[in-house]
Amino acid sequence: MLERPPKVIITKIGLDGHDRGSRVIAAYLRDCGMEVVYTPPWQPLAAVVKLAIEEDADVIGISSLATDHLLVPKLIGALRAAGAAEVQVVVGGIVPPADEARLLESGVARVFHPGASLQEVADGMRALAGRARAAQEGAAT
Amino acid sequence: MNQPIHPFADELAEGEARWANAFAAASAAPGRISNRSGVEIKPLYTPRDWAGGNYADALGFPGEYPFTRGIYASMHRGRAWTQRQLVGLGVPEDYNARLKDLLAHGATAISLIPCNSVFRGYDADEVDAELLGTCGTVVNTVEDMERALEGVPLERISCAMNDPSPFTLLAMLLAVARRRGIAVARITGTSNQSDCISHFVANHMFFRIALPGARRILVDHIDFANRELPGWNPLSVVGQHMQQAGATPAEAMALTLSSALQYAEDCIARGLDPDVFLPRFTFFFDISISFFEEVAKFRAGRRLWARLARERLGARDPRAWRFKFHAQTSGVDLTRQQPLNNIARVTAQAIAGIFGGLQSLHTDSYDEVLSTPTGEAARIAVATQNILREEAHLVDVIDPLGGSYYVEALTDEMERRIEALIAKVDAAGGMYAAVEQGVVQGMIGESARRFQDAVESGRQTVVGVNAYRTAEASAALRPLEYPERSRISAQLARLAEFKARRAQGAVANALGELARAAQGSANLFAAVLAAVEAGATHGEVCATLRRELGFGQPLTVV
Repeated sequence: MLERPPKVIITKIGLDGHDRGSRVIAAYLRDCGMEVVYTPPWQPLAAVVKLAIEEDADVIGISSLATDHLLVPKLIGALRAAGAAEVQVVVGGIVPPADEARLLESGVARVFHPGASLQEVADGMRALAGRARAAQEGAAT
Repeated sequence: MNQPIHPFADELAEGEARWANAFAAASAAPGRISNRSGVEIKPLYTPRDWAGGNYADALGFPGEYPFTRGIYASMHRGRAWTQRQLVGLGVPEDYNARLKDLLAHGATAISLIPCNSVFRGYDADEVDAELLGTCGTVVNTVEDMERALEGVPLERISCAMNDPSPFTLLAMLLAVARRRGIAVARITGTSNQSDCISHFVANHMFFRIALPGARRILVDHIDFANRELPGWNPLSVVGQHMQQAGATPAEAMALTLSSALQYAEDCIARGLDPDVFLPRFTFFFDISISFFEEVAKFRAGRRLWARLARERLGARDPRAWRFKFHAQTSGVDLTRQQPLNNIARVTAQAIAGIFGGLQSLHTDSYDEVLSTPTGEAARIAVATQNILREEAHLVDVIDPLGGSYYVEALTDEMERRIEALIAKVDAAGGMYAAVEQGVVQGMIGESARRFQDAVESGRQTVVGVNAYRTAEASAALRPLEYPERSRISAQLARLAEFKARRAQGAVANALGELARAAQGSANLFAAVLAAVEAGATHGEVCATLRRELGFGQPLTVV
């Protein structure tokens, strides 16, 4: 068990504004006891990195329904460059199989597809928050 | 509605009581069933629920008030619906090739979905190049539009432009028509996505300018079309965004009608005549897989709109009472698991829309849940419509479910719920006020969550997702390839070359005029058209208006 609840950012980057998924997920994770930072769509990558550092987030959840996931490798690069490599990045939404492989290769921790249950997403987020904390402690010692 | 006493009322009551006993004995635990809009659904409907005594007032005849059975006398028997598939991908040449393929396979009208960068009001050189053309076509200039529509007979084919305020794609279409020597009065089609409220509350796609500015441009655009474009429908009021965002069918219908009332009242305040502008109001809805609920939603909405247009808005011309709508099968119901099952879902959704009396239909491709549709899947979606129309004979009889005890009782109940929701929006001060107060967003968000909970708990079956699951390899499907990087680079080079080549003085003047129109009260769409014809790009027009009218921030409630 984590000492304090997982802290999760739910956001959208790029150009698309369809936010049903991000809103449903944010509300569910909050109801599961997680600390959720929700943003409107179209966040610049630098803003997401800044938010993750300021909020000391464990996981960033990117909702992508219209190819915005193509920018996620850049986001991961920016997180690493900012010294926040331990923050876990998750993508949920419409991600074609070939793109999923590329995302995982670039450092994305997990991809959730349509049909994933809310419980499955919550369990995954919790596990990844644990991984982020362990990485942070490892880096600190 | 008041029902006269049925001539066989006693026999009916007796028979129903007898059946109810037999039903209760046969069913172990008859559970309650409610549809997505919360209407409890009984196991049987009889003349006690709907006897048809008020036929003339409640249903009437096709083409006659209140249009419950359809807005035209001949409906699909006379002329089938328009097959209009949404298309948008890559660069203009990619779009043009897909368009010609669909037209060759039976599509009877076209649509253009621009790239998300266009939706956001930017040119290709203002956004992350990785995203260009991956979801919609990159169209920034009148020359892009020329390439996109190469070989398409604009004087004969209806064009739907997915083109929110300030309607630059329509401006480019009109400019292309003029270049080809076609009078703009002959151009037919619809400004899809012109309903700015739905963008602010539901899909957040089109924040180019702040809501008050968008509100003004919409009325300018309707006014311009009334005067110059007799074949163009300047307004499509969109229930689809709200239902896709989570609103129930009753909520989506109510919020759409409330939006239409708001726009109509804005036009009346501007001094426009409802008998002139209402006949060119159109609607756009989602068709979920909740079959009978969707049929009832459309029939109830049609009847209610006729009454609102006549009684509340004061229109006297029967054409102003007609509820013309395009519908799209719901993408939210499609599953990534066992994706070919989506063909069956789309078929059921399409039948509901056809029985609901639609004028135009888009059937989703089964692979939309995986990627932007592939060519093969897009052809199956068109074929589905051809099969329903010509093999299944769904068009032989007008309003074939009319008179069903269930469908009529459900239509009445859906209408009551829709009216109650409209009253709620009225109490908030109309749609703009309800949106500013977050009333609408809260309603949609709660309904989205309630539906997800039903799926989560298994109360709502989703085949392949929470029931009938199989191990499968969906990776076997080949999603659409993204445009080759070289094509995107070429498109960017072409944009740079276009910007360098045009008459810079004329562009600067036209954008200056546009800014002055925004500061004053001249018609903004006329100024947009002049700017596009002078060579201004989409991004430049949007930037000018954003500067003058403010950028729209999302109105989100979690």
